[in-house]
Amino acid sequence: MENSNTDVIQGTLDMLILKTLSLEPMHGFGIARRVEQISRGVFKVNPGSLLTAVQRLERAGLLNAEWRQTENSRRAKFYSLTGPGKKQLEIDTAEWKRRASAIARLLNAEG
Amino acid sequence: MSLWRQLARGLRVLINRTAADRDVTDEVQHYLDEATKAFIARGLSPEEALRAARMQFGSPLVVYEQVRAYGWENRIGMFFSDLRYAVRRLRKTPAFAFVSVLTLALGIGASTAIFSAVNPILFQPLPYPEARRIMMIWDISQGLRMDVTFHTYRELVVRSRSFDALAVMRPWQPTLTSEAEPERFEGQSVSASYFDVLGVQPALGRDFTETDDQFRGPRVVILSDSLWRRRFGADSTIVGREVKLEDNLYTVIGVMPSRFENTLTPSAEIWSPLQYNPQNITDLNTREWGHNLRMVGRLRPGIGVNQANQDLGLIARNPVTEFPRPPWASLPSGFVVNSLQNEITRGVKPALLAVLGAVVLVLLIACVNVTNLLLARGAQRRGEFSMRAALGAGRSRLIRQVLIESLLLATLGGVLGIGVAEAGVRTLVALSPSGLPRLNAITLDQTVLAFAFAITTFIGLAVGLIPALHASRSDLADGIQRNSRRTAGGYHGTRRALVVSEIAFALVLLVGSGLLFRSLQSLFAIPPGFDASHVLTMQVQESRRRFDNDTARRQFFAQALDEVRRLPGVASAAFTSLLPLSGDQSGVYGAQFETGGNFQVFRYVVTPEYLETMGIALHRGRLLDARDGEFAPPAVLISESLAKITFPGQDPIGQRVHVGPANRPWYIVVGVVGDVKQTSLAEVQPKAVYLAPAQSWFADTTMSLALRAHGDVASLVPAVKNAIWSVDKDQPIIRVALMDTLLATSESQRRFTMIVFEAFALVALVLSAAGIYGVLSGSVTERTREIGVRSALGASRGNILALVIRQGMTLTGLGVLIGVTGAAAMTQAIVTLLFGVSRLDPITYLAVIALLVAVSAMACWMPAWRAARVDPSITLRAE
Repeated sequence: MENSNTDVIQGTLDMLILKTLSLEPMHGFGIARRVEQISRGVFKVNPGSLLTAVQRLERAGLLNAEWRQTENSRRAKFYSLTGPGKKQLEIDTAEWKRRASAIARLLNAEG
Repeated sequence: MSLWRQLARGLRVLINRTAADRDVTDEVQHYLDEATKAFIARGLSPEEALRAARMQFGSPLVVYEQVRAYGWENRIGMFFSDLRYAVRRLRKTPAFAFVSVLTLALGIGASTAIFSAVNPILFQPLPYPEARRIMMIWDISQGLRMDVTFHTYRELVVRSRSFDALAVMRPWQPTLTSEAEPERFEGQSVSASYFDVLGVQPALGRDFTETDDQFRGPRVVILSDSLWRRRFGADSTIVGREVKLEDNLYTVIGVMPSRFENTLTPSAEIWSPLQYNPQNITDLNTREWGHNLRMVGRLRPGIGVNQANQDLGLIARNPVTEFPRPPWASLPSGFVVNSLQNEITRGVKPALLAVLGAVVLVLLIACVNVTNLLLARGAQRRGEFSMRAALGAGRSRLIRQVLIESLLLATLGGVLGIGVAEAGVRTLVALSPSGLPRLNAITLDQTVLAFAFAITTFIGLAVGLIPALHASRSDLADGIQRNSRRTAGGYHGTRRALVVSEIAFALVLLVGSGLLFRSLQSLFAIPPGFDASHVLTMQVQESRRRFDNDTARRQFFAQALDEVRRLPGVASAAFTSLLPLSGDQSGVYGAQFETGGNFQVFRYVVTPEYLETMGIALHRGRLLDARDGEFAPPAVLISESLAKITFPGQDPIGQRVHVGPANRPWYIVVGVVGDVKQTSLAEVQPKAVYLAPAQSWFADTTMSLALRAHGDVASLVPAVKNAIWSVDKDQPIIRVALMDTLLATSESQRRFTMIVFEAFALVALVLSAAGIYGVLSGSVTERTREIGVRSALGASRGNILALVIRQGMTLTGLGVLIGVTGAAAMTQAIVTLLFGVSRLDPITYLAVIALLVAVSAMACWMPAWRAARVDPSITLRAE
């Protein structure tokens, strides 16, 4: 395991959840695993923060939640993106790119 | 959309907590299962995978709590659990709860009651549309405000550009003569525009028109709602019907709405048109040239008071030939325009503001006391708070807990306080000084209840704040080892400071009430100029003959007086047009001496024997008697101060003077009599003239009977009334009072303020004594061990006693010091209510300090005594 994993940058957790769910509906652990995998272990997601965040996004109408039966007859909550959720993801992505490129330009200018 | 979702989800959780909790548990469990599965997929054994997942996941319970705490519904749940906890805590300490709730109820109740009285008078606009535009206009002469004359009013109506409407009015007290016993109504004769100026129209029928308000116009009246309901059974067909007033039939043309508040004359129930004669402007000897009308006006929109004053000033300085003016209405100093609101509150403002200030102090003391009690409790609960903090309660959670407790106390106090306010309002109205305007507006209405709610909330937060900060600041380790005494220092510093401030506030209140008490004392030490004992007074109104027959009017009073004199037990009796200290003050006229002096004087028209009956001293010359008839040379008595100003060092007997109109024969001064206080005991140099009825230029319609008797004078009332009614059964008799009572109630405003101050000062004294007691006994309890050590080391009981008392008296001393400074500054606010005593009067200050020190010494004594009885062997063993 890498030692250099980091907590998700403040304020970006919502965007990462939305992005992850834009591919397919997923349950809580699925989201966390996908974020870790794609970031190659750079981002570690705290389970409590993640589950609170999806609940918040669900209440805000950006996600839909649905209970499904798992193979060993347990209940699992699956989340999917809603229309407003998609729109929010576009806004967040555009904003993030704008900022990231600005920061990149600044750092390059220093060099 | 999302707001709806928020609400729906939250409500679902609130309604079915168990299902919601199961959802969270399931989701957390599923997360953990999946994480374990992921580790197994990497090749770990199930046990190892579970351990690894647990390591990564952290405590499932913490995650569960974290997820579960999300959502607005949890705040509500938390609030209720805090509230339940607060209720439980209070029920465990009933004595504390009782004392705090009672203290707060007193504070909130008193301030709500005072606010309910002050709000409609000082803060709310009068109950008229755009009430700010309604002005009162006075004729000014020698700095005195005077009623205006009718022709002056007419001149302003024609020439002034500042007003939408101007109106004049005078009191009118018609008698309903058809009944067995005549009933007199308070009413007003008004110009047609009166209700326009106020902006109120009749609810039934119509308003007065210019056609109604004509000389010798139709006899019409408008009724108040209350009179209409009381006498006419709220009959909706009343309009157009006739009622018999003063032996004449009047047609009812309208009824005012029930919400109409006639602030200018609150007791008025009936209105008739003024019907003065505008044609006789060159005839100076008429009521149209008498200063007998009040004037009000509604400013044009956009015109300010200053503009109106300038406009009227310009008119006053530039007479036109169309409106000739006699000397007494020549408007040498112009007019004063002042808002009706200011006019109405002018007399009572100082008293009300003083009382408002006093109640703020009481409220402060109550809050300080409860804060102190909460702090003391906080000290006992340090262990509990430290424990809760150690178990993970955040600082904000602890602060919230303490604030919820104090809010709960305040709310209980507020609810009880409404009851206190209810009683307080009734007491206030009963005590209220005569002339307190808008008395019927003093109720616990919505505004007042909103005020009570606001101060309750504010107090709840205010008294909880310091204890909350103290509680949450507690250092974990220190708090858990409860024996540490060093940390108690912070609490005690705050508590002592609070007690000091409490004593200071109490001192200010005590000084205020002491000064008012001394003022009343020195006022009543002033000789009023007459002998009030064994004198019965009553006002008799000659009502039947309207305006026209002076001789008949004089004859009625003369006959009535004869009948009264014939009664057994009556020593002497007389009529006067003005009765001292009765509230009569409309009889002011100009007096022009032949030698040049020109003064505003009280005009007393008195029958012979008046001065003897009242016991007014004769300094020079003779009194008026039967000689001074209609055809005898006009004679006048002048008061001593008038004589001194006009003829210093000379004999005024034989000098000549015009009183009222100047186109009549001179009055000759035949005597000088003692000064009599007319409006107030505080009055200086009351200038007065006395005339015989037959020699006055008009016959008064209202006279007061003054009657001196041997023995019980009050028992004569029915006999005297019957004697007067034997002359004419239709003459109403009102305001029956002993002269003693009039004298005592003449200072009602000061007295009212003093009673309220004394009540508040008493509360303040008790509360601050309780404050000292609380702090000292708390400190004795905490210092038991130290005291035990001291006495074990040889301190005597006396030493211990002195130790505790010294501590208490130091606080008292500091409070007194600050309080004296505060009182010296704050008594400025009641300076207009003081009389004959400086606001820095050393006797008052010393007496108050002595009282406060004595009371706080008593409060110190009990804890000190307890400390002195501490048995060292027991306390030391207890360690």
